[in-house]
Amino acid sequence: MVAALSISQLEKTYPNGFQALKGIDLQVEEGDFFALLGPNGAGKSTTIGVICSLVNKTGGKVGIFGVDTDEDFSTAKNFIGVVPQEFNFNMFEKVFNIVVTQAGYYGMPLPLAKERAEKYLKQLGLWDKKDEIARTLSGGMKRRLMIARALVHEPRLLILDEPTAGVDIEIRRSMWKFLQQINAAGTTIILTTHYLEEAESLCRNVAIINNGEIVANSSMKALLKKMDKQTFIFDTKADLPADFTVLDYEVKVVDSHCFEITLNQGDSLNAIITHFTEAGIEVVSMRNKSNRLEELFMGLVEDDNNGK
Amino acid sequence: MENKAKFIAFQTIVTKEIRRFMRIWVQTIVPPAITIMLYFIIFGNLIGSRIGEMGGFSYMEFVVPGLIMMGVITNSYSNVVSSFFNARFQRHVDEMLVSPLPNYVILLGFVCGGVARGLAVGLVVTILATFFADISVNNIWITISIVVLTSILFSLAGFINAVFAESFDDISIIPTFVLTPLIYLGGVFYSIDLLPEFWANLSQLNPILYMVNGFRYGILGVSDINITWAFTMIIVFIGAAFTYSLHLLNSGKKLRT
Repeated sequence: MVAALSISQLEKTYPNGFQALKGIDLQVEEGDFFALLGPNGAGKSTTIGVICSLVNKTGGKVGIFGVDTDEDFSTAKNFIGVVPQEFNFNMFEKVFNIVVTQAGYYGMPLPLAKERAEKYLKQLGLWDKKDEIARTLSGGMKRRLMIARALVHEPRLLILDEPTAGVDIEIRRSMWKFLQQINAAGTTIILTTHYLEEAESLCRNVAIINNGEIVANSSMKALLKKMDKQTFIFDTKADLPADFTVLDYEVKVVDSHCFEITLNQGDSLNAIITHFTEAGIEVVSMRNKSNRLEELFMGLVEDDNNGK
Repeated sequence: MENKAKFIAFQTIVTKEIRRFMRIWVQTIVPPAITIMLYFIIFGNLIGSRIGEMGGFSYMEFVVPGLIMMGVITNSYSNVVSSFFNARFQRHVDEMLVSPLPNYVILLGFVCGGVARGLAVGLVVTILATFFADISVNNIWITISIVVLTSILFSLAGFINAVFAESFDDISIIPTFVLTPLIYLGGVFYSIDLLPEFWANLSQLNPILYMVNGFRYGILGVSDINITWAFTMIIVFIGAAFTYSLHLLNSGKKLRT
């Protein structure tokens, strides 16, 4: 099967000498839901810019479904739909016109363009706003409008650059569901996001980019397996005893009713629960201290910055 | 991209451009019509009646072609400069850049949008002019071809300005400090035969002189400039402006980083 996206030795040096991409290699298979993560300024948006022709690369190759962008960017562009980080539609245009006009740029006849615009505006819950001027939409609606616009020519590869930034949790969840649906229908998705729980719950494969270099690239499962420790927070019904300990584990008492335990990969929680029961400590709730991917991400980026 | 798809894309840009200036017709069509009507009243009627004949015609008849051209030139230019700069400023130019649209289709789309507005204003001004002067056209084909070519040229000039502009100030500097003086000194209000030899020769470096005189020849049958020479100059300027505009788009100047 041909890769949806194939990047080799991609380089970008800006005129001021800043090297945003230092020869990255990346492959995204067809049908994948792929996360491209990295801190601000790491090179995520530059990579996306090169893929969709908004940034001129200074070296390397980009292939979209086997089409080399140096040889036939026009065909390659037909395969791509892009949802950028910043709002980039005409704020004074009507919602429906924005989507129909975008279809026209792909050479789509007007009746089909209108049909597709209706389909995607309905799927994204914007149909009742079709005659509104775009600038009057809320932030979440603007994001969804950009998704509808990117999908109107039904691309095989959808690239989303922080699509849920500034969107409330309810809309974010509905957007996740929608993206999962179109991925299940066969669209390959590349997602960049700062919400790492979003990447963890949506994506099957992940690459982490830092300072213009790929520092991790594997399946989400394999990456998460690299985590050797995780911390759990426990809340208790009664006050904790003054000399509170839990077997040989590293324990941090937060307050009289709350403590944290850090476990190694593979440690069983059963022993800890049994210990609480025997010690007469009634636990009323337990949760993971932070997102697992977030911890791993921070660790990898920190290691990379420290030159490890 | 197939030719049919390219044509649909071209139509899309032109439709979008026409929709844009028609949506704000009070800002795009009405002001030039009022301004030029004031020129008709003040220069053509009130002052013109005391000037007498120019080039064998009443002063009002003489200035009408120039004033129509003034409307066409300024509106073709300002349509493209404001539309394309806005597209850059709001970044919705990216909608076109990420699509498979060839750059020449983008350029032709914006130019046709500028021509559409230039001709719309030209038509309104011509209709208004009929209230002030008897207009009979000497040669319809020369008249139409000169006005369309002029509109194309200034649409291209507006496009170049829009590519280089960094702020809204930059899209008004050229029209104010370059375009308006060139129009006023381009034989709209007078025949260059009235000028001393040095200034008459210097005026021939002004491209607008050829357009105004070409158009005047189409309507009145008189011109300070040889009509073939006028066509040649306009076409040469269009060729140069189109090539340069396309080069700017292909290189991604101020569009791609």
